[in-house]
Amino acid sequence: MTAAVATPGSFWRTFRRDREGMAGLVLLLLYTGVAVAAPLLADPAGLSRINGTGMPQSPPSLAYPFGTDEDGRSVLTMVIWGTRVSLIVGVAATVISMVIGTGVGIAAGHFRGAPGGLLNRLTEWFLVIPYLPLAIVLATVFPPAVPKIIAIIIVIGVTSWSSTARLVRAQTLSIEGRPYLERARALGGGHWHQMRRHVLPNVMPLVLANTTLTASIAILAETTLSFLGLGDSQRVSWGVILDQAYQGGAVSNHSWWWILFPGLSLVVVVLAFNLCGRALERALDPRLRGATR
Amino acid sequence: MSTPKLLEVEDLRVTYRTAGGDLPAVRGVHLTVDKGQTLGVAGESGCGKTSVASAILRLLPPGARATGRVLLQGEDVLAMNWGRLRAVRWSAAAIVFQGAMHALNPVRTIGRQIVEPILLHERGVGARAARKRAAGLLEQVGVPSWRLRSYPHELSGGQRQRVMIAMALACAPDLIIADEPTTALDVMVQAQVLDLLRGLVRERGLGLVLISHDLAVLADVCDRVAVMYAGRVVEEGPGHRLFTDAVHPYARALAAAFPTIGDPASRLAPHGLPGDPPDPRGLPTGCPFHPRCAAAVERCRTEDVLLRPAAPDRSAACVHIGTEAVAP
Amino acid sequence: MSEVLAAVDLHVGFGGRRRRGAPPIRAVDGVDLSVAKGEIVALAGESGCGKTTLARALLGLERPWRGEVRHQGVPLGYSSRALKAYRRRVQLVLQDPTGALNPRHTVYEAVAEGLRIHRVPGEEKEQVARALSLAGLRPAERFFRRYPHELSGGQRQRVVIAGALVLNPDVIVADEPVSSLDASVRGEILALLLSLRAELGLSVLVVTHDLGLAWNIADRLAVMYLGRIVEAGPTEKVLGAPRHPYTEALLSVLPEAPNRAPVILAGETPDPSRIPGGCRFHPRCPALAMGIADRAGVAGRCVGEPLPVVAAGPQTWSAACHLRPDAGVPATRVEVSGVAAREPQKG
Repeated sequence: MTAAVATPGSFWRTFRRDREGMAGLVLLLLYTGVAVAAPLLADPAGLSRINGTGMPQSPPSLAYPFGTDEDGRSVLTMVIWGTRVSLIVGVAATVISMVIGTGVGIAAGHFRGAPGGLLNRLTEWFLVIPYLPLAIVLATVFPPAVPKIIAIIIVIGVTSWSSTARLVRAQTLSIEGRPYLERARALGGGHWHQMRRHVLPNVMPLVLANTTLTASIAILAETTLSFLGLGDSQRVSWGVILDQAYQGGAVSNHSWWWILFPGLSLVVVVLAFNLCGRALERALDPRLRGATR
Repeated sequence: MSTPKLLEVEDLRVTYRTAGGDLPAVRGVHLTVDKGQTLGVAGESGCGKTSVASAILRLLPPGARATGRVLLQGEDVLAMNWGRLRAVRWSAAAIVFQGAMHALNPVRTIGRQIVEPILLHERGVGARAARKRAAGLLEQVGVPSWRLRSYPHELSGGQRQRVMIAMALACAPDLIIADEPTTALDVMVQAQVLDLLRGLVRERGLGLVLISHDLAVLADVCDRVAVMYAGRVVEEGPGHRLFTDAVHPYARALAAAFPTIGDPASRLAPHGLPGDPPDPRGLPTGCPFHPRCAAAVERCRTEDVLLRPAAPDRSAACVHIGTEAVAP
Repeated sequence: MSEVLAAVDLHVGFGGRRRRGAPPIRAVDGVDLSVAKGEIVALAGESGCGKTTLARALLGLERPWRGEVRHQGVPLGYSSRALKAYRRRVQLVLQDPTGALNPRHTVYEAVAEGLRIHRVPGEEKEQVARALSLAGLRPAERFFRRYPHELSGGQRQRVVIAGALVLNPDVIVADEPVSSLDASVRGEILALLLSLRAELGLSVLVVTHDLGLAWNIADRLAVMYLGRIVEAGPTEKVLGAPRHPYTEALLSVLPEAPNRAPVILAGETPDPSRIPGGCRFHPRCPALAMGIADRAGVAGRCVGEPLPVVAAGPQTWSAACHLRPDAGVPATRVEVSGVAAREPQKG
């Protein structure tokens, strides 16, 4: 019969029945809670290198559940504050990536001929270029006047939109063939009208599902860049902790806690985003519904 | 008892179980077809005609339940075990689906798709013999045999529909069920396909069940026509008479929907029915047609009408039968 | 009668220059057709004959290679501003109402879309309600917040028609408006088109493969074959005593055709990238095959001599066939469309 449309109510009902999705959502809410409540959970003074209160590189104990680093700072405090930076960078970069990806994708699918082809080539160019070197180059050429965290967000956003654009373009092409676009054209609707009123609402579910997957990639990217020393060393993120652990000789000193806990929180948040994203996809796309367990 | 009829459908009921509750698609249908006979089943979308077609070969989707009896040469299809059912499909009765593009596998040649049922159903037939037979079948339906090596997309719509018919004929069945075989085809191609089917019935003595929403087509091709509405047959009778003077108001409306060109009564005066086909989930009480019926009286709201004899050799389900109100 | 919409010597095609090697597809290959105020014209033909391309060109959705589309006597411009203004006056109704409505838009949004695109002044709600009730959806307010999937096929087509009516167009081009609808609903939608003509003086061009539809609603009928109109005239005349062998064959295969021996043409509609020379119908023409043309002494011309474009204007009935004495006479065209006789196209 007719294509089912997910209304907000039916969407939530489907999502709620998805166990993986709900697990991901709960984890994400937990992380967000930690990020928001960081000042209550841990004293920001504990982040300063000269204010380390514990013994350097001591293993987990009651006072320092995640152990301490080489300056005697609590790894737990740093992980809690790192959640904030990692989530902010992840979410902000995702927003940039989504906006660029959706815009380029819709335009590449909508405009036939040279403009569409050009956008499509641009997408493919970003898709095939090795991601990390590009990000490193971009991160190093940013003018020093721009705060480092903003630079990181922009770098990640600008380098990660291509897969979204491709996905959105494919969906746009399939929508372009529908008669209601022909009807909109015959009504006199311009390109902007067609894209905004007809294409965008129909690619939004896809974009939404893709957002969570991109967010996990963005968080990983932030960690990678920070680990490579390209991050904002003024602010503690998980990547910065890992970088410092590596520099501080955590590996040779067998200070496993220094690496394990920030690494673990990274893995869990990435997993949570992925679980949520897959569940969103299933709930928004009626064709996948039969495949849910 | 005489030899069993080719196909006898008795009190067939098909119910789909859906999230929104049970959906009765077919509610007690009786049909008979004999060799060399053509039965037309007419009706609109949702009237249950496709469910009847699928139920005859037990091709209903999971979640559908069929009860009653479907006697194929005296043997109940609904009670068969799986092995017997597989043997019967194609070799005793075959179905031609609507939408020939989707029913053919786009990545396999026409030849392989026609040969497949032959090899599956007839042990001892070699690949070469099967191929030869496929070539003969194609020629018979009017497609040149070199098309065996073609892929579906290389054929026109009419040719694809012919290939579907050739596939149905592959195992020499006695009964062919054609579900909207000419929908979406041009008039000229429709005429070609109908001509082909007519010829097959005449030459091979096949039984044919032709399902369509176009009563004019059925009247032209079929010996007998059954008009379905809301999961039931509401009128049954000789094809041409049913088209020219139907008894049931619905059958009359359906006949009038396709005008006779040259008939001044329909010139600049299209005939339609107010309202929409009913939702099987919430059928009206009494006669399910009463909300759209111009001749409805109080009784129609409450009284469930079954088929009753309306004239020699015809029957209809309308309370007006036997009263003068039925006259058009 | 004043001409509202007209195609003048219209040629529309695809491919050609860019796709080297493959010959261009001449989908519409010289068509003169006009629709007068308050007139319903049916354009009939098999799939692939170019009727849908012609309809799209008349709506400005396809740019012609040659010739022009005229609206109220003014040639259609192809600047985006001219097109936008034009699309307020000429509306499209598509075949499949399910696909023609965005599943995420309510009925209200679908109908109001045209008003918003053209920034039509006035109370939007009133105009939407008026269009819906004109299209037979009453009370209109009850349908405002419904989604297409909650409506029946007939209701959806009424919404599409309401979406066209809301802009007060003077012509509607309907491409197979009932072919995807149930039989019993079909008559209701056709009756709606007739009543709109009576109430609003609307002109309608219906593109269809169904000659019965033409009999039901059309004042005039134009039959198209391979990019050209081969016969055009008042519906009763064309369907009553067709002059072109193709129209004759189409009529004869209709299932309810009264006592006419069916003439089933072999093969399918031929390829518009390889249009035969001479009369474009000659390879399938039963009159030529049965020797009628030979006896009339025109068989040679059928194969070798192209026919002039048929003028499908009011008050004329003509067929592009060498067998008809009036076939090559362009006089009727001059009086109708004011366009001077053109040389026959090279086939």
